[in-house]
Amino acid sequence: MRVFIRLTLLAAALMVTAARPSAAAVRVVATTEDLASLAREVGGDKVTVVALAKGYQDPHFVDPKPSFILEMSRADLLIVVGRELEIGWLPPLMTSGRNAKVQPGANGYLDASANVKILEIPTGQLTRAMGDVHPQGNPHYWLDPANGRRIAQTIMNKLGELSPTDRAYFEQRYAAFDKKLAAAESRWDAAMAPYKGTKIVTYHRSWPNFMERFGLNVIGYVEPKPGIPPTTSHTIELIDEMKKQGVKVIVVEPYFDLKTPQSIAKQVGGEVLVLAPSVGGSKEAADYVGLFDYDVNAVVAALKRTTGK
Amino acid sequence: MKPIRLAHVCLALICFVAVPAAAFAQAGDQSLQQEIERLRAEFDALRKQYEERLAALEARVAGAGQATEAPAAVPAPVAPASPDTSIAVQVGQAPGTPAGSSKVFNPDISVLGNFAGAAGTNPMAEEPSLSLTEVEAAFQAVVDPYARADFFLSAGPEGLEVEEGYVTFTALPAGLLLKAGKMREQFGKVNTMHTHILPWVDRPLVLRNLFGGDEGVADAGLSLSKLIPNRFMFVDAIGEVYRGDSDVFHSEERSKLNYLGRIRAYRDLTEGTNLDLGTSYAFGPSALVPDFNAQRIGFDATFRYRPLRRAIYRQFVGRTEVIWSRQDLPAGERQNASGFYVSGDYQFARRWFLGARGDRSGRADAADLHDAGGSVHLTFRPTEFTLVRGQYRHTQYAEGIDANELLFQINFAIGAHGAHAF
Repeated sequence: MRVFIRLTLLAAALMVTAARPSAAAVRVVATTEDLASLAREVGGDKVTVVALAKGYQDPHFVDPKPSFILEMSRADLLIVVGRELEIGWLPPLMTSGRNAKVQPGANGYLDASANVKILEIPTGQLTRAMGDVHPQGNPHYWLDPANGRRIAQTIMNKLGELSPTDRAYFEQRYAAFDKKLAAAESRWDAAMAPYKGTKIVTYHRSWPNFMERFGLNVIGYVEPKPGIPPTTSHTIELIDEMKKQGVKVIVVEPYFDLKTPQSIAKQVGGEVLVLAPSVGGSKEAADYVGLFDYDVNAVVAALKRTTGK
Repeated sequence: MKPIRLAHVCLALICFVAVPAAAFAQAGDQSLQQEIERLRAEFDALRKQYEERLAALEARVAGAGQATEAPAAVPAPVAPASPDTSIAVQVGQAPGTPAGSSKVFNPDISVLGNFAGAAGTNPMAEEPSLSLTEVEAAFQAVVDPYARADFFLSAGPEGLEVEEGYVTFTALPAGLLLKAGKMREQFGKVNTMHTHILPWVDRPLVLRNLFGGDEGVADAGLSLSKLIPNRFMFVDAIGEVYRGDSDVFHSEERSKLNYLGRIRAYRDLTEGTNLDLGTSYAFGPSALVPDFNAQRIGFDATFRYRPLRRAIYRQFVGRTEVIWSRQDLPAGERQNASGFYVSGDYQFARRWFLGARGDRSGRADAADLHDAGGSVHLTFRPTEFTLVRGQYRHTQYAEGIDANELLFQINFAIGAHGAHAF
């Protein structure tokens, strides 16, 4: 009997010990790897973070897999990009996840776009004849480090709300991230400075925040309209325009077919540049700062080759 | 007024109140000190509240500026390396919050049209040469913090009907999900699919013969689902009860209901492949033989391949469903029938899908009769909102009739962006 009591006590102690870290950590589910990376920066070891979409897949077209339902059902905090980026796949996961904590309006639901700078908010009459337009503005806003800072700040506030005892810890983590990002921004600005005003072409409208931040001028898109695959007539027009304006670089996301961009590059004597639109979009872009390190280096190298500057 | 200026005013006011208070406190009046502390806390709270309201107002002004001059409206940049958490940077307009408008609470509305046609002779099938077979209007929204509602009204040649209309309680404890209303019974895979989600123009032979005809089984009832947590896979257990008012189960008596149970197990095999298995059991008063019961047992398996880097260009879905029918008859006899389909759909370009399906099925009301068939189909999907599909269908009916048909459909949707099918 004594042995049994001891074993029971030991088992209980082990369970309490084992349960402590997981009970303390805030379970965060982020819809993209960018948001997940920022949550890790701020949350440190007080959070566990899972990203649903991979950085190298098109975030508009993610399968709402039941394995994601499991993640949703266990989450304390759901961070979404918003602006209808996830409209095709997140709603069924939220319903099936049956987790009251992370439903819209609940304390554990965080729309990362609430405090950021949004570009391309459409005005006037909208129809789908314009392609896959986002009525609430371009959702690829994380590609501006200033927005990354704002997202991190929003996450810090939310984590502080969910875990008030760790608020000082999150603030200190945020401060360290802010400092790291500020130093990196000086580096990126210096590297990009010689190319300010350079004209380029991108495949999809994924890059307005990135291009505006670093002073590049997007003069056209491989897609004739957002979400519509390239057409021959549009491609011919684009080639003419690129030749006329001396544009040599076509930026493409890793999930698009390279055939059309490569044929355009051949015609204009330029090159195709596959950038990482998200953390994880390439192996080197392992976290939020790494994403810009990778993209800025790649852009600088390509512009150096094509402009000779 | 900028928040920082307000902060100065507040600080002055706090000093105005707090300094004399401190003098009194030093005089030893402890209760007065507590009172002052309370007042200070209240004042701080009030200051914070006003700062937040001002920040929100600034955000709205910035948002309005963006709406008219996008992308020129630029927020005040956050000073680098300045972890100022007291003043939130409110720049973008929070989605879906144009304050003062009740329209934001309107449900998401979409309307889908399914225009279909058939060529060739088939005395056993009823598809007309050309027909707007269905117009489906969907209304979907969150009801309150505890539930969401989905309504699908369907207008076809037989008139307007509620195809589905149910409330889903998303905030129940213990991982439960409850639906109440009229809905498609969660028996297998295809029965849960609306016509526009199907990868074919028609429903497979086994579904048409043994489970609900051309439209499937939808009825009024309750559905309770529970996730079964485990380390290996996603497991969902579903229990449902329905009134019994369908082509398979039917009774006017209140005590004779249609019960359904389903277990679904899913596992990611790799990041781009997964396996989805399910088994379903339905029991209730037979619609074929009044006063006797009928049962349906189903098994379904789906294999999906979708490489993430090329997800918009390539995917394969292989699927099979087997259904067994048990029909009780007078004098303790029982009539059994079964059937299955096997299908494969391959996306070979961004907008193009090619598929094939093999069918074989008995009939619930005639155990000796078996129908068989096969189809190939080609789908062109210019955008998420339209598709054009052609299908060649060959069917051998038990009566000795061979039918060769060409089916086609044009599916189109307007309104709110619906969720992608999975």
